[in-house]
Amino acid sequence: MLNNVWLVPLLPFISSVLLILFGRRLPRKLIAVMGAGSIGFAAALVLIVGLQFMQSQTSYTVHLWSWMQIGDFSPNFSFYIDQLTIVMMSIITGVGFLIHLYSTEFMQDDSDFSRYFAYMNMFVATMLILVLADNLLLLYLGWEGVGVCSYLLVGFWYKDPANGAASRKAFVVTRVGDTAMALGLLLLFTELRTLEIQAMLDAANTAWGVGDTIPTIAALLLLGGAVGKSAQLPLHTWLPDAMAGPTPVSALIHAATMVTAGVYLIARTHGLFILAPDVLMLVAVIGLATLLIAAFTALNQTDIKRILAYSTISQIGYMFLALGVGAWSASVFHLMTHAFFKALLFLAAGAVIHCLHHEHNIFRMGGLRRKLPVVFWSFLIGSAALAALPFTSGFFSKDQILLSAFEYHSSLTLLGFNLGSSIGPWLWAGGLLGAMLTAIYSFRLVFIVFFGEAQTEPNNHLGWRMAWPLALLCLLSLIGGWFTLPIASVFPASAEHQVSHLIEGISIAIPLIGVLIAWLIYYKHSLSFSSFTTSSSGQALRRFWKGGWGIDTLYNTMLVSPYVTIASAMRDEWLDKIYHAVVTISVLLHQVLSDSQSGKMRWYIISMVFGLIILISILGWAN
Amino acid sequence: MDGLAIPLNHVLIVALLLFITGLAGLMFRRNVIFMLMALEVMLNSAGLAFVAAGTAWQQADGQVIFMLILAVAAAEVSVGLGLVLQIQRRFRTLDMDQAKRLNS
Repeated sequence: MLNNVWLVPLLPFISSVLLILFGRRLPRKLIAVMGAGSIGFAAALVLIVGLQFMQSQTSYTVHLWSWMQIGDFSPNFSFYIDQLTIVMMSIITGVGFLIHLYSTEFMQDDSDFSRYFAYMNMFVATMLILVLADNLLLLYLGWEGVGVCSYLLVGFWYKDPANGAASRKAFVVTRVGDTAMALGLLLLFTELRTLEIQAMLDAANTAWGVGDTIPTIAALLLLGGAVGKSAQLPLHTWLPDAMAGPTPVSALIHAATMVTAGVYLIARTHGLFILAPDVLMLVAVIGLATLLIAAFTALNQTDIKRILAYSTISQIGYMFLALGVGAWSASVFHLMTHAFFKALLFLAAGAVIHCLHHEHNIFRMGGLRRKLPVVFWSFLIGSAALAALPFTSGFFSKDQILLSAFEYHSSLTLLGFNLGSSIGPWLWAGGLLGAMLTAIYSFRLVFIVFFGEAQTEPNNHLGWRMAWPLALLCLLSLIGGWFTLPIASVFPASAEHQVSHLIEGISIAIPLIGVLIAWLIYYKHSLSFSSFTTSSSGQALRRFWKGGWGIDTLYNTMLVSPYVTIASAMRDEWLDKIYHAVVTISVLLHQVLSDSQSGKMRWYIISMVFGLIILISILGWAN
Repeated sequence: MDGLAIPLNHVLIVALLLFITGLAGLMFRRNVIFMLMALEVMLNSAGLAFVAAGTAWQQADGQVIFMLILAVAAAEVSVGLGLVLQIQRRFRTLDMDQAKRLNS
């Protein structure tokens, strides 16, 4: 069965191709069966492959064919299976199947039903190729494939120009990171003569020592790609705008799978990053900064999907923090639990939006607790897991990350100061602050949307295809953290956590305090900051946070406007004017000639006569 | 025959007048039939000039060319009258300015 693992990406791919070719002629029921069924079959296959793999526990390479042969560069089309691959495949196909099932109802009134499933299946296929790839070039193919599918799905409702702009932004911003990543691949190939991941990591280990320049540069370039794809500082601006797509797309691509590809990339090439400890520390710092900035921004959003988008950025920040401090398993663990609860939150938000006539503003919702009990409980469980309340899945993964951050120390010295030795507790404290903010903004959402006065009457009710995925994801969000992932053997062993009970106690208590604060502010209204928030400095701060710390504005003034100015200046270039003049004159002459073809016979005769007279007089005058 | 001799110049002036008459008719009449007739007048003015010139230089060529012109005129009239019939059928008029509708 392990040899047939190629069937897993092939099934969604075939379904996608069939839907692209014949989608318009197929009945909706068949499209739904094909779209969701292919992912369901793939998930079943992954289950079989996983069970078989667990018996042998040795990594395995499936060679399909040689992709190309250029000199000594011969990347294969082959898949590499180890525990990490199995975990990623399970998330992609398992959560993917639930989201596809949900989509069959969510999108049922859309006129482009088949196009939607064609893109979604293509996305799953390319994402599977990304995690299965045994060399970086094949990984890059999947990497770009998911980028294209993300572009297509963000701009799915392309008739609104704003959606097109959002999808272009998502594509262009991630392209910045992808370019860095491509350069990283080229550097790795010129230095090590191979892109096959395992062979490359072994070669890197023998060729370079810890802290050498070349692995540092290569790791930095790969980090650039990861930062772009995973929406971390400074390339995170595309993700909130990517919410323009249908909500299940946000759940699958922009929460559960594609945006975590950067985390996967770093985890997969961790051998290279270990050789560059400074870059690893940069990863941790980027993660921390991103999670704090995104959490502050999420506190001030009013659009339900944007809150979730910033929360996704923030949670991926946690994953980066974990990668940076060397807690590889904890990072992948958080990736998995995040996939569960964030997909749940997005699908629940989609259900709210679906039932409230596409209402996105949380202040026009309210009191939905009794009207939509299934959605309420889903949202509550999802928020609890997101806020890392004890015994939910998010608790276990976030706890591991924070403890690892606390124990982290590096030998980085900057300007004579030994920065690294004391940075661990600071990372931990930052992570805790982020955890409290997470609890506040997620329960702010719960209290505003589901409690209080009803603002809009829901008019739809959920069918089983939307309710069942929610229920299953609820279950996964609750118990998904009770098991240890069998991925420790992929990564270098990490020591047991040796922290005092006080530290652990604080880690548990902080989210609860956050929920309490949210309860006091948004439910009891007994704790009020209105004297501050209505003051001018408070207003300015809120606007600043709501605008995502002005980073979008910064990019617009620094990059977009100068570029647009230059482009429009080039458009009116003088060289073009010459060609435009030729065109204008030709059009003018054509106009004159075509006007002379009036069809009036006598005018022809008269002009012939006058022409003759003129000709004869010229001849006579010349002689 | 010499007594009846008309100077060549006079004949050419008459031919010129005929030609101008025909040309003016062609330019300013709108009826197709009249335009054809004006054309005939112009052809015959050219024929007159040929015959006069042939007589003046005692050459047969002028009369030969006149025969040719007659043949051409006959052919032209037959084609022209066919066109006139068609125009009459299509446009229910003989006004040549109306034929510009063919243009669009």
